[in-house]
Amino acid sequence: MNVAEQTPKTVGIRMAGTRGAAVLRVLRSNPIVALCAAFLAAVVVCAIFPGLLAPHNPNTIEIYSRFVRPFHKRAGVSVLGSDALGRDILSRIIYGSRVSIGIAAAAVTLAGGIGVSLGFISGLGKGVLSAAIMRLADLQFSIPSLVLALAMVAVLGPGVRNVIVVLAIGGWVPYARVTRAQVLVVKEREFVGAARGIGASTAWLVRRHILPNAIGVVAIIAALEMGQMMITEASLSFLGLGVPAGTADWGAMISDGRDYLATAWWASAFPGLAIVLTVAALNVIGDWLSDRSNPVLRDW
Amino acid sequence: MPHALTVWLHEDDTLLSRVSRRLLGGIAVLLGVTVVVFILLHLTGNPALILLPDQATNAQIAQVRHNLGLDRPLWIQFAKYMWHALHGDFGTSIYYRQGAMSLVLSRLPNTAMLAGVAMGIAAVLAVPAAILAARFRGTIIDRVVMAASLVGYAVPTFWLAIMIILIFSVTLGWLPPSGFDSAKQLILPGLTLGLYETTLLSRLLRRGLVDAYGRDYIRTARAKGLSERRVLIPHAMKNALIPVITVFGLQLGSLLGGAVVTETIFAFPGVGYLLVEAIYQRDFAIVEAFVVVSAAIIVVINLLVDLLYGVLDPRVRYA
Repeated sequence: MNVAEQTPKTVGIRMAGTRGAAVLRVLRSNPIVALCAAFLAAVVVCAIFPGLLAPHNPNTIEIYSRFVRPFHKRAGVSVLGSDALGRDILSRIIYGSRVSIGIAAAAVTLAGGIGVSLGFISGLGKGVLSAAIMRLADLQFSIPSLVLALAMVAVLGPGVRNVIVVLAIGGWVPYARVTRAQVLVVKEREFVGAARGIGASTAWLVRRHILPNAIGVVAIIAALEMGQMMITEASLSFLGLGVPAGTADWGAMISDGRDYLATAWWASAFPGLAIVLTVAALNVIGDWLSDRSNPVLRDW
Repeated sequence: MPHALTVWLHEDDTLLSRVSRRLLGGIAVLLGVTVVVFILLHLTGNPALILLPDQATNAQIAQVRHNLGLDRPLWIQFAKYMWHALHGDFGTSIYYRQGAMSLVLSRLPNTAMLAGVAMGIAAVLAVPAAILAARFRGTIIDRVVMAASLVGYAVPTFWLAIMIILIFSVTLGWLPPSGFDSAKQLILPGLTLGLYETTLLSRLLRRGLVDAYGRDYIRTARAKGLSERRVLIPHAMKNALIPVITVFGLQLGSLLGGAVVTETIFAFPGVGYLLVEAIYQRDFAIVEAFVVVSAAIIVVINLLVDLLYGVLDPRVRYA
């Protein structure tokens, strides 16, 4: 630290160091948040490198290893047992994280992109378009998002791409509302008038003043929505309207195991547990972020 | 003491205009939803192709398109659809060969019954838990209640349903896993939905109570020498309910979604199960009618929530 303070060149490094220390301090004072963050990091690593971490091939069918109980050793089957086709459940859960997290992340990104853009358009504009966007948001509030998703998948057909599109269409509204509110608040501030007075363009204002203010709230919504997206995706796949049959996906695995509940409870129980733990961790972090930054958002 | 609602109705002359304004807004929303449903189901594909088997000839496709009126100009199709929709006619179910709207409405009482059981279970579990957590805030009781509701909120309804079947039907053999031949078959689906509602309700109610307990009127009530009971029910609870019903209105959509999944798993003959079956059978008239009916339920309940504010919070009446 002392060396860093002496030379201006390393100011950036010094700041990064203190910021890192601040993050550590926060995590140490919130062990549960730290635990959830660590768990999510592990899930993300599983989603990115399933091949390195999974003990077996998730799709290898081994009929002689059907319904191996959890914690019973058998060649080709790890601790969580095997399903009706003899596939290794732990490996399927690890590969399934890629599908579940991937779809939810893509849907959240798309929903956030659509929502933030429409929020800007609606906040900056005055005319019919602006009003129409917010009325559309009101309308969507009266259609349950799972019902909208079911109806749209019924028309478009199942599949990974359609599920992402359907989830995004169902999820853009909170981002649009928040962005619009942020735009309306910032628009009235004096510094914006001053900036306009010296010839600032709208694009510059958005980039320089509005986006940085909105981004924190958008991130909190994204964290909280991510969990709901995972649950909706799993629900669609469970109903056979999501990912193609046979995919290692948490929702689809629960559905596959459902027929053998009496003989092999673990085939449905463990993938569900994976969803619960991941979504709970996301909710803890989302709640913690929103409590820290914005009391208004607490009731989300 | 006259009932708060009657006082409100008589005292507040702007209530009528408020309610009628909200009603008009609700009707506009329902019209909008009807239009969205048309766009969704009529513009996104060729319904004739969906109805026919893959090997249908072009002539057969053209015939079906003509029979369904799909070869007419779009605006005529739209006008016809809206005209029928305004009369409550969303077409005929291709599977049941009955009016789609009457089918949806005929299944509605079952779902309402299920929702009632779920609500009862949620109230029995969540209200005492929230009161204990708020009274003993920061203690181990509070932490356990909060942790349970936080984890509970992350449980997908369909998985919860399966685990409940695993425990109560498969392992213990207490209740059948599906169907609706007797009233006791309301218990398991009711428990599934009820537990989902419990997680939401206990969390919200605890927060409302914690907030209320910190206010001056509670200190005044205690200073007057009222019993804890008299402090809790008329003072703290009434104020804690305001945020609860607000968020309840906002969460109604996800509760309806939960009911769809729960009914499907338990093969419970409510509207939700009807919807999922209709989707499998590509019976779009039912899907249309269902979306409009569920929107109507959400609009009406939120209107009631709005009215309830006035009962719970006198300030709203005079605003």
